Amino acid sequence: MTDTTELILPEFVLLGLEAPDRHAATRRLAETLVASGRVTDLDGFLADVRAREAQMPTGIEGGIGIPHARSAHVTVPSLAFGRSDAGIDFGADDGPAHLIFLIAAPDGGDAAHMRILAALARRLVHESFRGALLEAPDPQSVVDIVTKEVLAR
Amino acid sequence: MKIVAVTSCPTGIAHTYMAAEALEQAAHAAGHEILVETQGAAGADPVPPAEIAAAQAVVFAADVEVRDRARFAGKPLVEASVKSAINDAAALIAKAEAAAAAAPAVASGAAPAAFPAAAVSGGSGGAEGVTLKGVGTRLRTWLMTGVSYMIPFVAAGGLMIALAFMFGGAVVKFKVVGGTYEGHTYAAITDYSKLLGQAGWAGVMFEIGNVAFSMLVPILAGFIAYAIVDRPGIVPGIVSGLIASLVGAGYLGGLIGGLLAGGVVYAIMKLRLPRFLSALMPVLIIPLISTVIVGGLMFLVVGEPVAAAQRGLTSWLNGLSGTNAALLGAVLGLMMAFDMGGPVNKVAYSFGLAGLASGNLTVMAAVMAAGMTPPIALALATVVRPKLFTPAERKAGNAAWLLGASFITEGAIPFAAADPLRVIPSLMTGSAVTGALSMQFGATSRAPHGGIWVIGLIGHPVQYIIALLAGILVSAGCVIGAKHIRRRPVTDSADAGSADADAAAPSATPVPVG
Repeated sequence: MTDTTELILPEFVLLGLEAPDRHAATRRLAETLVASGRVTDLDGFLADVRAREAQMPTGIEGGIGIPHARSAHVTVPSLAFGRSDAGIDFGADDGPAHLIFLIAAPDGGDAAHMRILAALARRLVHESFRGALLEAPDPQSVVDIVTKEVLAR
Repeated sequence: MKIVAVTSCPTGIAHTYMAAEALEQAAHAAGHEILVETQGAAGADPVPPAEIAAAQAVVFAADVEVRDRARFAGKPLVEASVKSAINDAAALIAKAEAAAAAAPAVASGAAPAAFPAAAVSGGSGGAEGVTLKGVGTRLRTWLMTGVSYMIPFVAAGGLMIALAFMFGGAVVKFKVVGGTYEGHTYAAITDYSKLLGQAGWAGVMFEIGNVAFSMLVPILAGFIAYAIVDRPGIVPGIVSGLIASLVGAGYLGGLIGGLLAGGVVYAIMKLRLPRFLSALMPVLIIPLISTVIVGGLMFLVVGEPVAAAQRGLTSWLNGLSGTNAALLGAVLGLMMAFDMGGPVNKVAYSFGLAGLASGNLTVMAAVMAAGMTPPIALALATVVRPKLFTPAERKAGNAAWLLGASFITEGAIPFAAADPLRVIPSLMTGSAVTGALSMQFGATSRAPHGGIWVIGLIGHPVQYIIALLAGILVSAGCVIGAKHIRRRPVTDSADAGSADADAAAPSATPVPVG
């Protein structure tokens, strides 16, 4: 894990994320990535995410939304994480999402980058991972949980 | 139990892996072994052929076309969206158990060498649905996908028409679509509230079959395009199929249209558009642009040559008549079997109708016999050598007996569309034999349709049936022979180029799917 920098930083974690809809929520999360220079063009990136979302909503059962895109406007594979107590609709059958993972992948990302994102995606289906994120007291804890669970593999 | 699975999703960075993890968890929880191939952005690590051969069931949790699905041909298969694998993987595993249990015992260790490594496009292919590897294999996969969606329409529509002829005789067709039959002129039904009253129950059945048949070419074209580029292909594909029907280009026209639609959509998806447009891609740009391009090509480039060819063939046939009867019969046979309901077939059939109208009943008899031969020959071939055919084709073979006997040549389309280069020439050979013999024997037909159900209207019925049987045997023999050409036992995978990958896959003891 030399060149990959951190997948997630505390600045990318919004524990009290409330937004009227999934697009607004995605924008809030994306803004954190723009602030650190990982996304170079907010609207361009959001358009790519929206195009993916239009193919099929990314909400899955268990209160999870995974807006994501491979985009030319992304420099480093990154994860922004939002937690919403009220929940935000991501089109899952069983209700709104409380855990929102915005996955940003560079368009021409190499296989090493993609494998980290793949490992992240695999952790998402684990009950324990979700539970830990729901209980995390602060952004640094979220970063620690993700780093431990994803990069340890 | 041993399961292999493939997961894939449009972007290839999230759902692909979530589904894989969920399937692995569920399979292990149920006490199964599982190997998942994630066709995602991190590159697919192909499941080793030996693992596929040893697996009792295959699970596809995919929202885009599974790459190189020919590798899994013949295995009990469960298909679902990636999301359903994430949301309820246990249910998919249970379905895989059921599919494996329903299938006959799999011959374990079915020659892993039969799966040439060339068919496996490994490496970091990215999330693109199409790679350049194994174009022959891919072409066949695309055609087979279109055909597999078309077969139920052939069966449902064809059997309804056949039943209508059985119960109502050949006259049913004329009561519905109009025309002159046995000296009586019928008006076409335009007001469908009068369908039952004017044409009876057999007429209703005929029309149901007729409507189902009108979807053959659109469904074929639409799902060929779907196989190439997934959902965006459906609109231009189906529209191209509708136009192929409209301009009379038949299923070969639809086949071209479907491939064209897939190619055009693929090219559009490759375009780098300004970002304010990229969000509009799936909902507006791809459907609109691809349909305009494909539709235009179908009308302007495919439509006119078809019409010109038909005019040319018609005048050529007129020149032939009056020369050698057997030669004319052979030519008509070749034409009937060439495109089953397509433009060439229509020219021959119209020639038969014209003969009927002018009192020359031998041409009609030859045309009908030559049109009955192909489906029956294929049905026979699927029974004699089932291993040469996919499970879907064998099912189509079951229906083809009755379709052929009823002069519904379309029953052969699933086979011809899936493997045109081997099947079409074989069918043409047998139909030429049938057509020539029927003419030679001087068999006649007063009915323009109906197949075996109008045998009472056939002159020299015994010779007629001999002509039929001769053609059926010739066609079946040619099909089996042609299909064997590619099935030389493959011992060295280096011999098996990627284009032959499809050849080997079905040899691993095909097992009915579902």
